[in-house]
Amino acid sequence: MRELTYTQAAIEAIAEEMRRDPKIFYMTTDPIAPLLAEFGHQRMRTTPIAEAATTGMAIGAAGCGYRPIVDWRQVTFSFVAMDQIVNQAAKIHYMFGGQATFPILYRAAVGGGTQLAAQHSQSPYSMFMNLAGLKMFLPSTPYDLKGLLKTAIRDNNPVISFESNRLMTRMGPVPEEDYTIPLGQADVKRAGTDITVVALAWLVHEALAAAEELAKEGISVEVVDPRTLVPLDTDTIRSSVHKTGRLVIADEAGPTAGFSAEVAAVVTEDATTFARLQAPVRRVCALQVPIPYSPVLENHVFPDRIRIVAAIREVLEASGRGEAALAEI
Amino acid sequence: MTSISANLPPDKQREMLRRMLTIRRFEERASADYHAGKIFGVVHCYIGEEAVAVGVCSALDDGDRIISTHRGHGHCIAKGADLNRMVAELYGRQTGYCKGKGGSMHIADFEIGMLGANGIVAGGIAIVTGAGLAAQMDGKAGVAVSFFGDGASNAGPFHECLNIAATWKLPMIYVCENNMWAAQTPAAATHALSDVAARAAGYGIPGLTVDGNDVFAVYQAAHAAVERARSGGGPTLIECKTYRWRAHTERRGLPDPRDRAEVEAWQQRDPIGLLERRLREQGELDVAGFHAIEAEVMRALETAVAFAETSPLPLPEQATEDVFAA
Repeated sequence: MRELTYTQAAIEAIAEEMRRDPKIFYMTTDPIAPLLAEFGHQRMRTTPIAEAATTGMAIGAAGCGYRPIVDWRQVTFSFVAMDQIVNQAAKIHYMFGGQATFPILYRAAVGGGTQLAAQHSQSPYSMFMNLAGLKMFLPSTPYDLKGLLKTAIRDNNPVISFESNRLMTRMGPVPEEDYTIPLGQADVKRAGTDITVVALAWLVHEALAAAEELAKEGISVEVVDPRTLVPLDTDTIRSSVHKTGRLVIADEAGPTAGFSAEVAAVVTEDATTFARLQAPVRRVCALQVPIPYSPVLENHVFPDRIRIVAAIREVLEASGRGEAALAEI
Repeated sequence: MTSISANLPPDKQREMLRRMLTIRRFEERASADYHAGKIFGVVHCYIGEEAVAVGVCSALDDGDRIISTHRGHGHCIAKGADLNRMVAELYGRQTGYCKGKGGSMHIADFEIGMLGANGIVAGGIAIVTGAGLAAQMDGKAGVAVSFFGDGASNAGPFHECLNIAATWKLPMIYVCENNMWAAQTPAAATHALSDVAARAAGYGIPGLTVDGNDVFAVYQAAHAAVERARSGGGPTLIECKTYRWRAHTERRGLPDPRDRAEVEAWQQRDPIGLLERRLREQGELDVAGFHAIEAEVMRALETAVAFAETSPLPLPEQATEDVFAA
């Protein structure tokens, strides 16, 4: 199968959907060259740097029958449009009694590893997850990003596509033929029996590397990528933990009230899944600090495969399946 | 302004009066019902500002779109909203515009191009500018109107949207209802310029200040702005100087720092009284005619109240419906 980068897969998804539906148009401060070349200035609109305006204008245009895409670029810039996101987009369908639909795609790059320092390295998706009325996803592969973007553009609600800064140039197989991926469907990236690692975006790849390393020791790691944050595929997460009895959650965001906390709650508040747990749930997250610039500092703040391996060993140890127990196998 | 009113069909002038009177009586009833405990949360009355909503909306076609503010009942009625569903919404009933989920600050009727009241000052300006963009892309000469107050003209979205609308020549009319007070704060304390309309110059668009209590003056300005917008000329900023008679909200114990003499002076310039007097002077309305309009308004309002009172309350579990569209 041919390979595309994460970025190319996104552009291809948007181009295909814009060809399919003339009601789709795109607003951003710096237009994407191939989309501008194909669709022109009317549908690939260059806006002033005025995110509050464009984020809100998308709501109005959507309520009038269009399907706008607003590209905030870095998620950081969405923060100047918070009224439009929190008070308007998330609530407008509900507070007006469902009388109109608001199909909008917002795009935002998240995460660090790019030495962009505190403002442009954030992973604030749990802030948005906390609002009722927004759907959102954060894929780990070009294939998943393309399929989810196409579904999101066709969805009749505001959807946020969080896209990982670290993965922009990463290649992956993407078929030529048309496909979509449903929102709310996790993907088991590697099947295993001893422990479940629920991971997002770049950390899916780190978890897969950790699993590969531990496989040499006879430890079987299952890697679950939720892909969609809202709605979250709780069934797949719970059934994986039900099978393995152990859980590590890896997230590039900090732990406090984060995605990782939500997954921990989803697993532990379900009686049958909880009953299968053989050890406390362990989270592998960024340190709870603003993201620093110098690579030495940045690398210290973010989790990676080494910390995932360590966490897996700790959970196995706590459940009585540590080095000693494994040596007997 | 007689030249303008002389050009309007008498029926249209009487319809303006009927709508303004409907707003006045609706708000009086909403205030009374709020204090009687039949309406919950908060109510912001539009009394005194009726000529703005009616003057502007009388210059629009059915397909044109508007957006409102937290003080939204007047804009709904001026655009032709159904009183039954409005009162039902205030009463928190299933039959209300928002099925009881919105209340006074979130009444909307997308069918008639009323894109909603909004609890955030300046919150609607960007949304309706998107409706203006939609109208431009539709290519059917539709226009969109943003109603907002003097307070909102100091907020970022006002400036961002005027710049975009001017740059893209969007078919927009920005109507600033300058009632001189942003909640408890006098406009003079927070505005560098006395006229909001002067800000239009910064965006290269026309800016007019009109007497917001004179429905014909408002209509004339709106009509010219609508013509300009429909023909591709881009946006206009219209500042309507007016005044709200009641406190910022109907909440009990809310301080009203305004000088009573100031309130009374504006009440002497009652927009409904001004219109009624002018119609009588023009010979287009007699006492009996006025009473007939008044009776029609009260009948419609009583019907709406009866509809709301006999409408079912929502079921508690309906609170989880309509979070997402299908």
